[in-house]
Amino acid sequence: MITITDLKLGDRLEVTLNPVTRLDLIKYAGASGDFNPIHTIDAEAKNAGLPGIIAHGMWTMGNLSKLFTPYYGEGFIKEFKIRFAGMVFLNDVLTLKADLVDEKDMELIFNVTAVNQNNKETVRGTVRFVRYE
Amino acid sequence: MSKAWIGKQSKKVKNRVDRLLVKRFAESIGDLHPFYIDEEFGKNSRYGRNIAPPTFPRTFEYGEIAGVDLPKKGLIHGEETYIYSRPLFVDEEIYCYARIEEYYEKVGKNGGKMGFVIIKRFGEDAKGELIFTEIQNVIITEAVRKEMKV
Repeated sequence: MITITDLKLGDRLEVTLNPVTRLDLIKYAGASGDFNPIHTIDAEAKNAGLPGIIAHGMWTMGNLSKLFTPYYGEGFIKEFKIRFAGMVFLNDVLTLKADLVDEKDMELIFNVTAVNQNNKETVRGTVRFVRYE
Repeated sequence: MSKAWIGKQSKKVKNRVDRLLVKRFAESIGDLHPFYIDEEFGKNSRYGRNIAPPTFPRTFEYGEIAGVDLPKKGLIHGEETYIYSRPLFVDEEIYCYARIEEYYEKVGKNGGKMGFVIIKRFGEDAKGELIFTEIQNVIITEAVRKEMKV
């Protein structure tokens, strides 16, 4: 298995998700307690002026964090900062990416993003992953 | 809706990092990793127990901030940051509260006034050690402001 210390500057962690389904968002609503209906009910999304239901931004952010889960034996996410850049709709296919851009002492700094099937960014930000001594 | 909100804070609320909820939450973000859900794996890990995903504090209660009445609908979530001193442990108790850090207004492209709110949320362990800070930037659009009659 690859360890996080094997990564070199410019290396990328990446995964492409299955198309977004309504059930994904219903599950996230239930687990997170965020029942804003624009994420689950078509009519409410239309009332809000949207073409259809959109994913919770925090669902996308939550998904992004899983790029780092396998490395929790070596360190942890000290800072996870995201800007919400574009909406995610049903059937969108997201690709999650984390590029190692800097290393300082025990800190690894990644630029992270989730892009859709048209290569448009939906979220972008940074992760500071701190290795244990 | 005003500058008077700045600095207002909720009372601490006790939350538990619930094992079943961690599992449901991990499943909902497609991350059923043994670090989160496998007790044996957790025991043998450097943590000696299971941990929770970094965005799990979304599930916590932070208490009402007296005198602050944010609309439920029509808010635009602009930015989100989590800062941790260590991962959250499954089954531990976390004391959470929220504070309005900043509020300001800007005139948008169509001439409407938009409100920008920065909310900070905090989670401390039983000893009062700060485990995480969340910084949330929220935009209140003109349409919502009209509905609120502010």
